[in-house]
Amino acid sequence: MIRELALQTLRWSLVPMGALLLAGCERPPMESVQHGYRGTGMVQVYNPRLLDDVVEANRVPEAQPAASAEGPKAKDVYQNVQVLGDLSVGEFTRLMVSMTAWVSPEQGCNYCHNPANFADDSLYTKIVSRKMVEMTQTINSQWKNHVSTTGVTCFTCHRGAPVPEHIWFTPAQQAMGSNFIGDKAGQNTPAQTVKLASLPYDPFTPYLLKDEPIRVNATRALPTDHVASIASTEKTYSLMTHMSSSLGVNCTYCHNTQSFSSWEGGPPQRVTAYHGIRMARTLNQSFMEPLTDVFPAERKGELGDVAKLNCATCHQGAYKPLLGQSMLQDYPELAVLREAFARAPAPGELAAEVPTAAAVEAPAQPATTEAK
Amino acid sequence: MAQYQNLFTTVQATGPLHHGVPLPTGNSPRTGDVPAVSYWLGKLGNAQLGPIYLGGLGIASLIFGIAAINIMGFNMLASVNWDPIQFIRQLFWLSLEPPPPEYGLSLPPLNQGGWWLMAGGFLTVSVLLWWARTYRRARQLGMGTHVPWAFAAAIWLFLVLGFFRPLLMGSWSEAVPFGIFPHLDWTAAFSLRYGNLFYNPFHALSIAFLYGSVLLFAMHGATILAVSRFGGEREIEQIVDRGTASERAALFWRWTMGFNATMESIHRWAWWFAVLCPLVGGIGILLTGTVVDNWYLWAVKHGFAPPYPDVFPAVTDPALTPGGQ
Repeated sequence: MIRELALQTLRWSLVPMGALLLAGCERPPMESVQHGYRGTGMVQVYNPRLLDDVVEANRVPEAQPAASAEGPKAKDVYQNVQVLGDLSVGEFTRLMVSMTAWVSPEQGCNYCHNPANFADDSLYTKIVSRKMVEMTQTINSQWKNHVSTTGVTCFTCHRGAPVPEHIWFTPAQQAMGSNFIGDKAGQNTPAQTVKLASLPYDPFTPYLLKDEPIRVNATRALPTDHVASIASTEKTYSLMTHMSSSLGVNCTYCHNTQSFSSWEGGPPQRVTAYHGIRMARTLNQSFMEPLTDVFPAERKGELGDVAKLNCATCHQGAYKPLLGQSMLQDYPELAVLREAFARAPAPGELAAEVPTAAAVEAPAQPATTEAK
Repeated sequence: MAQYQNLFTTVQATGPLHHGVPLPTGNSPRTGDVPAVSYWLGKLGNAQLGPIYLGGLGIASLIFGIAAINIMGFNMLASVNWDPIQFIRQLFWLSLEPPPPEYGLSLPPLNQGGWWLMAGGFLTVSVLLWWARTYRRARQLGMGTHVPWAFAAAIWLFLVLGFFRPLLMGSWSEAVPFGIFPHLDWTAAFSLRYGNLFYNPFHALSIAFLYGSVLLFAMHGATILAVSRFGGEREIEQIVDRGTASERAALFWRWTMGFNATMESIHRWAWWFAVLCPLVGGIGILLTGTVVDNWYLWAVKHGFAPPYPDVFPAVTDPALTPGGQ
C-alpha cells in the first residue's frame, strides 16, 4: 500500500519536474530556412508562433502629409534653430510634430521645449534632441554601408518612448565583502546582455565604446605569434551573442559554419554587421559620450556614465530595424548632414561642442550627401 | 518474460549479508558493521549498502577532494556576496576562474586565480590518490586492473585540460574554470578560438568512440536482457561454455548484421571504446594551440575540409579594404 503510494507520488512529481525543466524552452515545431549551401547547417531557425508579434512590434507609423519646401526658412522665422535652419517653416514644423509623435507622444512639445519660449535651451532634453538629430543625419549620410538608403529616424530607436528601450551603461564592479575571494572576472552571472549565458556580461564597453580587438582566430594553420586568450575569446563570444539576440538571428546569418573567422564564401550580411559595430562605437564616442554632462543624474548609469547604444537599440529583435521598412523617404531632411549654423552663445549653454562631420570617423565609402 | 521489460531491476535476490573476503595485514578494517539494506536502492543496484573500505588512500583522497570542493564553493558563495539564496539560485552560473592571461604560469594573487590553482592542485592530488586506491583495492581482491586503467584514461583527459596543455601554452588562463555553465562556455570558446574543433581529427575520433560506446552499451545491455530467460546473465561463464542464450544472441546479430561479438570480445570492445574516447580526446586537446592554431585552416591545407560552391556574392574582409578600420 505504502509502496503503491510512493510510486504514485514519484510518478506525479516527475510531471511538474519535467515541466519546470522545459519551462525555458519554446515548443516545437520551429521553421528552419536554408541560408547557404545545402547540407552545411547554414539555416535560420524561426518560431512561427512568435513572428506575428515581431511584425506587430515593427509597425511603422503613418507619415505626416508632406510640406512644401517653398517659403521662408526656419532660421529666418524662428530663433535659435541650429541644425534644421535651412528647412522651410512648413517642413520644420512637420518634422517637429513628427518628432513629438515618435519620441514624446504623451509628454508633448513641452518635453523638450520651454512652453514660455520655444527658442530657450534651458531643458536638457532639447540639447540632447538637437544632438540626436545630428546623429540621425550622420548615420543616414555617412554610414550607408550599414543603413543603406533605408536609413533611420528618431522612431527607429524611440518607438514612442522618450528613452529608447534598449540602452546600456557600463556596469559597476562587483560588490565584495573582502577582496581576497569570490572574483567573478566580469562574468558568471545570469545576465540578459548575454542571453543568460555565463559569458562576460559587459561586451559593450570593450567593443562598442573602446576599440579592443574582436578577432581571435589565428590566420595561419600552425602557431605564430598570434595569441588571443580563451578569456578574450569569451568576450568576443559575448558580443556575438548580443548581436544574434538583438537581430533575432542565428550565428549563421553572418558566419560560415565551416569557419567563423573566414570571410570567403560567407554571407554578405557580415560586412553590414562589421560596419554596424564600427557605427555603434563611433556614435557612442562622438554623440553619446559628449552628452554626459548634459543628462541629469537619474538618466545616467551607476558609474555616472551616459546612456549608450548597441545593436538592440535600433534592431529590437528584428534582422533589420522595423523589418527593413524605410521611414527616411518621407523625411529626407534627416538624410543629410546639415551645416551647423553660427549661433549666439547663450548662458548655461551646452558645454560639449557640436562635432563637425570631420570629427566623425569616416567609413570606408565616401560620405554621400544627396537626399534620397 | 515481461519481468525484464521494466525500467527498473525487478529481481532482488537477498542473501546473508557479507563483508567481503578477508584482507591480509596492512589493510584497514572496513567501515560499517551492520550494512544497511534498502529496497529502493535494490531497484537500481544491490540492496546492500556498505560496508565501505576507506583506508589511508581513501581518507587522504577525501581530504584533498573536500578541500578542493570547499575552495570552489566558498569562492562561489563569496562571488554572490555570501548570500546563500543567490548561491543556490545562481549555482549553475557561478564559477572559480583560472588566472587572467597576463599572469602566464606565474603565481597570481589569491583572488586572481590563486584559489583556482590551489583547488586544481588539491583536486589533482585527490583524483590521483583515488586512482591508487582503485588499483590497490583491485589487487587486494585478486582482480585484474582493468578498472584503474580505464579510470586513468579519464584522468589523462582531465590533466591535459587543466595541467599539461596550460603548461605547454605557458598560461594557466588556458585551463577550464570550475563551474557548471562556465566550463561549457569555455568549451565553446575553445572551439571558436582554435578555428572550429570539428576539424580536429582527434576530436572526431573521440566523438566516434563516445557515440560508439553509447551504441555498444545499448546493444550489449539489450542483448543480455533479451536472452536472460535462457540464462544469458551468466555471460562470463559462457565465454568458454556457450549455452543457448549465447547461441541465440550470436545468431540474432549474425542474422541482422552478418557479424557478431562473443561473450568475451563484447566486453573488450566496450572497454576499448570507453578508454579510447578520453585518450584520443586528450591528444586532440593537447595538440590544439600547441601544434595547430587554427584547425579549419589546417584542414584546408590537408584537403580535409571540403570546399563548397559559392552561393553568396563574393565578400571580402572590410578590414583589408582601403580606409577600412
